[in-house]
Amino acid sequence: MTTEAGSETEVKEKPEESPAEPDQSEKPLEETQEVANAKDEEAIEKVKEKDGKEGKGISRFLPTWLKKQKSQSQTSPTKEVPPTEEEDSKVTQEKQEPAPEVNGHAEEEEETEEVKTEQVKEQEAESHSNASADTEPAKEERAEESTEKSPEDSKEATEGEKAEKEDKQVEAERQAEEGQTSIFQSPLRLVRKNKMKLVVCHVTLLDGTEFTCEVEKRAKGQYLFFKVCEHLNLLEKDYFGLSYTDSHEQKCWLDPTKEIKRQIRSNNWQFGFSVKFYPPDPSLLTEDITRYLLCLQLREDVASGRLPCSFVTHALLSSYTLQAEFGDHEPDQARPLDFISQLNIAPSQNKEMEEKILELHKSHKGMTPAQADTQFLENAKKLSMYGVDLHHAKDSEGVDIMLGVCANGLLVYKDRLRVNRFAWPKILKISYKRNNFYIKIRPGETEQFESTVGFKLQNHRSAKRLWKVCVENHSFFRLSAPEPPTKARFLTLGSKFRYSGRTQSQTRMASSLIDRPAPNFERTSSKRISRSLDGAPMISITDASNENGREPHMELHSDSKQQQQPLGASEPGLSQDHDKTQEEVLKHQASISQLKRSFMEAPPPSPPKVNQWENRLTSSPATMRIQQQQVGSVPPTETTTADNTIPDTKEPEKTTEVEIEETIVIQEVSRASKPGPVLVAAVLPAEPPAEGESRECRVRSEEKVAVVEEAQPKRQESISSESESDEEAEYHPNVTVSFCHTQIPEEKEEDEEEEQEKIEKDMRKEEDSSVPDSSEQTKAEEQPREAEPKAERKTSEGVCQADDSVSDPMMTPDKALNGHALPDEAVVTPAEKEEEPKVNGEASVVEAQLCPQVICCSEPPVVKTEMVTISDTFAAQKTEIATKEVPIVHTETKTITYEAAELDGNSDKEPGVLMTAQTITSESLCTTTTTHITKTLKGGLSETRIEKRIVITGDCDIDHDQALAQAIKEAKEQHPDMSVTRVVVHKETELAEEEED
Amino acid sequence: MAGLMAAGFGLYTHAVVRGIPVSLAKEALRSSQAEVDLSEARREHEVYVEVLRTRLGLEVLELPADESLPDCVFVEDAAVVCGDTALITRPGAESRWRETEAMKGALKSLNLNIVEMTDENATLDGGDVLFTGREFFVGLSKRTNQKGAEILADAFKDYAVSTVPVLEGLHLKSFCSMGGPGLIVIGSSEPAQKTLKIMQQMSDHRYDKLTVPDDYAANCIYMNLPNKGHVLLHCTAEQYPESAKVFEKLQDYMLIPMSNLEKVKVDGALTCCSVLINKRANI
Repeated sequence: MTTEAGSETEVKEKPEESPAEPDQSEKPLEETQEVANAKDEEAIEKVKEKDGKEGKGISRFLPTWLKKQKSQSQTSPTKEVPPTEEEDSKVTQEKQEPAPEVNGHAEEEEETEEVKTEQVKEQEAESHSNASADTEPAKEERAEESTEKSPEDSKEATEGEKAEKEDKQVEAERQAEEGQTSIFQSPLRLVRKNKMKLVVCHVTLLDGTEFTCEVEKRAKGQYLFFKVCEHLNLLEKDYFGLSYTDSHEQKCWLDPTKEIKRQIRSNNWQFGFSVKFYPPDPSLLTEDITRYLLCLQLREDVASGRLPCSFVTHALLSSYTLQAEFGDHEPDQARPLDFISQLNIAPSQNKEMEEKILELHKSHKGMTPAQADTQFLENAKKLSMYGVDLHHAKDSEGVDIMLGVCANGLLVYKDRLRVNRFAWPKILKISYKRNNFYIKIRPGETEQFESTVGFKLQNHRSAKRLWKVCVENHSFFRLSAPEPPTKARFLTLGSKFRYSGRTQSQTRMASSLIDRPAPNFERTSSKRISRSLDGAPMISITDASNENGREPHMELHSDSKQQQQPLGASEPGLSQDHDKTQEEVLKHQASISQLKRSFMEAPPPSPPKVNQWENRLTSSPATMRIQQQQVGSVPPTETTTADNTIPDTKEPEKTTEVEIEETIVIQEVSRASKPGPVLVAAVLPAEPPAEGESRECRVRSEEKVAVVEEAQPKRQESISSESESDEEAEYHPNVTVSFCHTQIPEEKEEDEEEEQEKIEKDMRKEEDSSVPDSSEQTKAEEQPREAEPKAERKTSEGVCQADDSVSDPMMTPDKALNGHALPDEAVVTPAEKEEEPKVNGEASVVEAQLCPQVICCSEPPVVKTEMVTISDTFAAQKTEIATKEVPIVHTETKTITYEAAELDGNSDKEPGVLMTAQTITSESLCTTTTTHITKTLKGGLSETRIEKRIVITGDCDIDHDQALAQAIKEAKEQHPDMSVTRVVVHKETELAEEEED
Repeated sequence: MAGLMAAGFGLYTHAVVRGIPVSLAKEALRSSQAEVDLSEARREHEVYVEVLRTRLGLEVLELPADESLPDCVFVEDAAVVCGDTALITRPGAESRWRETEAMKGALKSLNLNIVEMTDENATLDGGDVLFTGREFFVGLSKRTNQKGAEILADAFKDYAVSTVPVLEGLHLKSFCSMGGPGLIVIGSSEPAQKTLKIMQQMSDHRYDKLTVPDDYAANCIYMNLPNKGHVLLHCTAEQYPESAKVFEKLQDYMLIPMSNLEKVKVDGALTCCSVLINKRANI
C-alpha cells in the first residue's frame, strides 16, 4: 500500500542527498541489523566486504523498485495507515535511520495516554517498526543526555510531555528531511568507510592479565567483545560480557549494539571481561575452555566475597583450583601453600584453611585440570548465591533490601535472608520510572488481580541498570530467542532496550555444533597447559566432546529438544562450515524476529519441524496491552494494563467484529516468479480469500484450518486500569514466556510433580483470559489448552490494532472475524503437525512470528485491512556464508479468525476446574486433524471445549474455501449441540527461491 | 538438581538426645493444659532412643536430664547441625537458654565447627529450622526472630535461607518436616498449607509434598541409612489414625511408628527429641 509512494520518495531523495550511494538506500538498515545479529566474529569481520557486496545481497536479484519497497516495509511493518504524503517521507526517514531518537526520547518521556495526532502515531509506528536492535548511537546519546539533564524529580509531567512530544515531532520531521544524511551517522558505515581514529582499549581478562587492542573510535561494543573472545579463543561467548565503569563508579555492561564511545562517556577505555550469565549447569557447556573461564570468574567471586560460601566449601573449591593449576599433590614438592597464597584463593586465608585445602587436594589425585574444573563448578553452582546479581534497594517501607537477579527470577533479600522470590513466570511486567523499579506479578491461584511491587533504588541510573539486567537475564534464560526490540508499542515510549545477544538455548544449540579440537589454553596462574595433562593433545573432535562425558548433541536433547531439531537436525555432523551455517541460522532468526514479520528462511534440509501453532500466536506486549481495553468483544485478553492504551479506543462494543487481516509477503516478488514464502491463507466461508495472487506463486502451500468449537465462549475482560503511562520503560516478560515451556524441558519434568495445581492454574488461565500465559510449565496434555488463550489473545490484538488504524469496516453480525497476519514458517509437514503444538523445535523462529502485524480497523464492527509486508532477505543474506546453496524461502502468512460474539453469561473469571483434556490426532494423506477436547467445571456448569486443528498440506492449490466449509460442516455434524465460536484460518505458502550466487 | 540433594540427605551417624527431668511434667512450657504422665513420657523416650541406637545403628550421645531445665529433652531447639557446622542457638524462651551449654559440649566432642549465637537480640529455636537438603527455611515464630535467622544464614553460607511466617503452632516444624529428599510432609490445616505455599514460592527448587490430615503428624524423622534405605519415624496409628494411613502408603520406606502421646502434650514432636549428625570421615 504505502510502499509504492514511499519508495518513490526515497528514490528521489537519494540522488539528491547521497549521490555517492545511489542504490543503497536500504543499506544502513541492513547493516545495522547485521551487526545486531551478528553473533560471531565472522559476521563482524566480514562486514567490510559485505559492505561492498552485500548491498547487493538480495537486492542483487531484485529489481530496484522492489528492493526499495521491501526494505521499506520491513522497517515499517505495522503501518496500517493508508499512505499519505507525510508517511512517505517518514518511511523514508525511518528506513534510512533506525529511528533511535524516538526511543531516546522515549526514555525520558512521560508519555500520555492520549494519542495526539496521527503524526505521533506514525512516529511511534516508526519506532516500533524499527526492528533492528541496533540503534543510532548518536541519537541515543542525545536522548540519554537529555534524560540526564531532565530533572528526574520533575513532577510536571504533562507539560514536559507535551513539549517533548512536540519536540519529537519536530525532530522527526527534520530528520525526515535529512533522512539521507542520517546514513552517514550509521556507526558501522563510519567505521568502515571513513577512516576513524583508532583508540586503544584495555581489557582486563579473568586471569587478571590485560588485553590491549585497537579499535576504531566509533566501533561498537561487540567489535571489541569479539576481539577479546578471539584472543581468548572462546566460542561459547554468550555467557560473557564486557563491562566498564561509569562516571559514578558503577559497573555497567557494555551494550554490544552501541558504539563504545557513546557508552563509556569518557576517555577511559578500560574494560573488564567477565561472566555475564552464569550457566545454571556448567556441565552443559561444551568446551573446557569455557568452563575454565567460568572457574576463573568464580574463584574471583569467592575470593572477593561476592559468592559467599562456607569454610568447608571454600576449602574444597580451592583444592580443585590447586588440582587444576598444579596437578597432583606431591609431598616433596615445594610447599603448595605458596601457591595457595599466590592464587588469592580466599579472602580470609589462614592456616586452618590452608591445611584443609591441602588435605582435600591430596584426595584429588589423578584428576585432570578439566575434571578439576568440572568438580569445582559442580560445587560452586550449588551455592545459593551462584549467579545472583545483587542490587541495593529499599522496599516500599523504606527498609534496605537487596534485589538479586538470576536465572530463575528476582530474589529479594533482607540482610542475608531471602524474604521473597519472584520467578520469571510470575512476573508479568518489569518497569522502572525514575528511581523506582516495579514488577507486576501474576495473580496467584487465589487472587484475582495482579499486583505490582515497587522498590526504590538509589537513583534513576541504578533503577535503569537493574531493569536492564532483568530484561537481559529474563531473555537469556527464559526465551528461546531474544525478543525483538519493542516494535509495536503504541503509546509506550521509553527505553527500547532489549537483550540483543543469543539466549541460552540458542547458545547451547550453537555450541553443540562447535566442532573443533579442544583448544589448548594456558592456565595463567600456573602456566599449565590445559590439554597437556589430558593425555590426548590430538584429540579428535568427538573425543573432545566426549571428554566431558557428553556429546555435543546431548545437551540439545536435554535442553532444547525442539530447537535442535530444526536447526541441528538440518545440519548434522558438520564441520566449521556447518557451524557457520548454524550461526547464520541463528542470526537469521534473530533478525527475523526483529522484523517480527514475514519470514524467509532457508529451508532446512531435513523435514521441517513442528509447526507451532499457538506459539505463533503470541503477541507483542504493546499490542496486548491495547487490545484488552479496546476489544470488548474479543474473549481473551491479557490483563495487562491499559497503561498505554488509548482511552478513547475503549469501545466495549459487544457486537461482533469481523476483521480480516492479511499479510502478504513479497507479493510482487512472488509474482515475479520469486518464490516467496507464502504462507497464507485466509479462507472464509463468508468472505473470499484475498490472497489470490500469492497462491499463484506458491510452490508449496499448507493450510491450517482450525476450528474451535466452544460450548461456551470465554470472555475476557480487562481488569487493569492503572495507567502507567509515565513509565520510563517496561518490559513484559510474559509475552514470550509461553515459549519457555518448550525451551526449558528440564523444568518441565519437575513441573509434573505439581500437575494438579498446574491444571487448575491453566484452567484459570483459560477462563480468565486476562491472565496471560506464562511459562508456568504445563504438562503436555495441558498444552493444547493453553494454546487457545494465546490464540485468542492474538486475535484480540489484531482487533485492537485495527482500532488504531481505520480501514473499511464491514459488519458481520454474528461472527467476529479477526484477521491477523501470523507469520509462520513456511515449512510445515503434516507429520510434524500431529505432534503437539507445544512441542516446538523452533522456538526461535516462533518468536519471530509472534508479532501480530495486524492491521486494523476500529469502530465499525467489522473491518478489513490489508497489509503488505515484505519479508526480509537480509537476514539470510547477511549471514552470507552458507546460504548460498540453500534456497531461500519466502513465506507468506495469512490468518483469519472468525469469532462468535461472546456470551456474556460466562464472563466470570472464576477459574474452572479442568475435568478432562484429551487430544486426538488423525491423519490422512494430506490432512491432519488434531482435536483437543477440554472439559472444565466452572461454577457448577461443565464446559466442554473442543478445538480442532486441521492441517491441510499439499503441493498444489487447494480450495481453501471448500476445505474450510467442509471442516466446519463436519464439526457441526459431529457436535450438533455445540456452537462454533471461533474459526481461525491460517495459510502458509512457501516459495522456494534459489539464491543466485 | 536431583544430584544436589541426593548427596547424602538423610544420612546420619550420630544422634544427641537428653533425658527427661521430673520437672517436665509440671514446669515444661506448653500451649495446652494437659497433664503429662511422666513415667509414660519417659517410656516413650526410651523407645525413641532405643530405635535410634539399636534399630538404626546410630551412635547416640545421651545427655543427662537437668531438673532446672524442664524442657531440656527437646534438644533440637538448642542446636542446628548441618554438615560439619553446628550452630548453637539462643532459644526463644528464656527458661531454656541454659540448655545449650550441655549441647555445645556434646557437639564439640564430635569435632564439629561450633558457631554460637551471641547477639542478644537474636532468638532461634531449632524447631523453626527446616533443612531440606538444598536450603533452609526458618519459621519466624514466637520463638524465632529475624535476627536469629540472619545468624543462621551466616553460619551456613552455602545455602539459601528463606524466612517464612509461622502463622499457627509453636514452631515451623510443628506442622511440617522432610519426608525424603525433596519431599515435604505438611499438615493439612490452612496455616500449614499457607506456609507451604510460601516455601514453594521462595524456593528455586521443587518439592513434592505429602499432606497429612493432622498437623502434628507432619512432624516425622527421615533418614537415609546405609543398608536400610529410606527410613521414616512417624506417628502411630493409635495417635493419628488418618495420618498414619498416609505414611503407610509410602513405598520403599522402612516405616517406624513412634508413639509420642505424652511429649506432644508439652508441644514435643518427634524431631524435637534429637539432634542428628552426619559425621563422615570426609566431606
